[in-house]
Amino acid sequence: MNWDALATYGPRMLQGLVVTLQLVAISITLGALLSIPVALARMSRSRILRAISFGYMYFFRGTPLLAQVFLVYYGAGQFRTQLDSIGLWWLFKDAFFCCVLTFTLNTGAYQAEILRGAIRAVPAGQREAAMSLGLKPRQIFRKIVMPQAILIALRPLGNEVILMVKGSSVAAIVTVFDLMGVTRLAYSRTFDFQVYLWAAVLYLVVVEIIRRVWDKLEHRLTRHLRSA
Amino acid sequence: MDLLRLLSFGPDGWGDELLQGTWLTIRLALATVPFGLALGFLIALAKRSPNRYLRAFGNAYTTVFRGLPELLTIFIVYFGGQIALQRIVGLFSDATVEVNGFIAGMVALGVVFSAYASEVFLGAFNNITRGQYEAAYALGLRPATTLRLVIVPQLVRLALPGLANLWLILLKDTSLVSVIALDDLLRKTGLAVRVTKEPFLFFGVACLIYLALSMISSIGIVAIERWANRGLRRAS
Repeated sequence: MNWDALATYGPRMLQGLVVTLQLVAISITLGALLSIPVALARMSRSRILRAISFGYMYFFRGTPLLAQVFLVYYGAGQFRTQLDSIGLWWLFKDAFFCCVLTFTLNTGAYQAEILRGAIRAVPAGQREAAMSLGLKPRQIFRKIVMPQAILIALRPLGNEVILMVKGSSVAAIVTVFDLMGVTRLAYSRTFDFQVYLWAAVLYLVVVEIIRRVWDKLEHRLTRHLRSA
Repeated sequence: MDLLRLLSFGPDGWGDELLQGTWLTIRLALATVPFGLALGFLIALAKRSPNRYLRAFGNAYTTVFRGLPELLTIFIVYFGGQIALQRIVGLFSDATVEVNGFIAGMVALGVVFSAYASEVFLGAFNNITRGQYEAAYALGLRPATTLRLVIVPQLVRLALPGLANLWLILLKDTSLVSVIALDDLLRKTGLAVRVTKEPFLFFGVACLIYLALSMISSIGIVAIERWANRGLRRAS
């Protein structure tokens, strides 16, 4: 163990970990909010809405996250005058904001696909039974379909959270000091390979915690579906 | 138009550079697959092995490489491989070694690919009924022959959807090797941006190229799946 490096960079790496978790928490939450209208648009009767949501999802699921981050972060620089005139430049010059924006759009597309699959997996009989009870379409969606769809979506959503923790490391390449960013900095100062292994351990611990917590959550939320 | 001239081929356009980068991305992805598949298959066998230590190793391998960010794996293989090789070479001579970026990228992506692929194989193994093994045993086939002639052909069909998915993920993950000085599509695009100051155009084009690659892959995957399922359609 290189204790000197650990004393200098250990606390900073933990700070970096906090930045990573912030990035993931904000993006996953905003992405979840975004995914609902997108998934609904994808299944809507309007051909235009379907086409727009399909294009959005296809683009963000088919291109690398790193390329998307570059497109937003460096691409925004090109529109500086326009962004300045609408008073948004201060946001786009911040790498953290650009990463949150890109990650939100990215995970929103993935979550919309998960949600769409889950909504379609709810048995048709549920909807028919609700209709025969005289519930309104809005009520059927909110009280019958959605609660069951979310349970079906729970497992893939957990995977998506873990993918986002891993994917968020690309933020380091556009100067965000998340865990990966601090690690790269520490390596460039100390040339000690150990720092990468510390980062690896931290990432593994985070992923494992999320996996366990998610398992508990799923177990709790599906308790009414298990036979005693 | 100016933008079109920037994307043209030749000395003042960047089309040929982007094409070179695309070619390297494709080669890297194609080189990774056989390596990752072989490794993934071995890991899957280890996870099914009666030996406790082999099983533990296989499970630990999967947990680690599915939990680490791909970017970190690439750094670890690139820098760690360099240090390890240097130590080994240092035993015999004073020569300095330089890890080839392509090989490092291939190994790192292959290791990640194999961790996911082993899970796909494991799922496929579980979908092959015991009767298949018993029938092969009753016919007097040796375990190795059973694996080769009875199990693997069915495994290919069962694992194909999962593996196709992994290929599409791999194609996108290749963009991460641009950080270890490998001239892939994204890095070439970055160079073009630095010279032309047209980030939105070039990164947009790079995204479209990645999209095109995955579209072409999807067509290929459909064809391969039709080939793998050829025996099934007749039977049903």
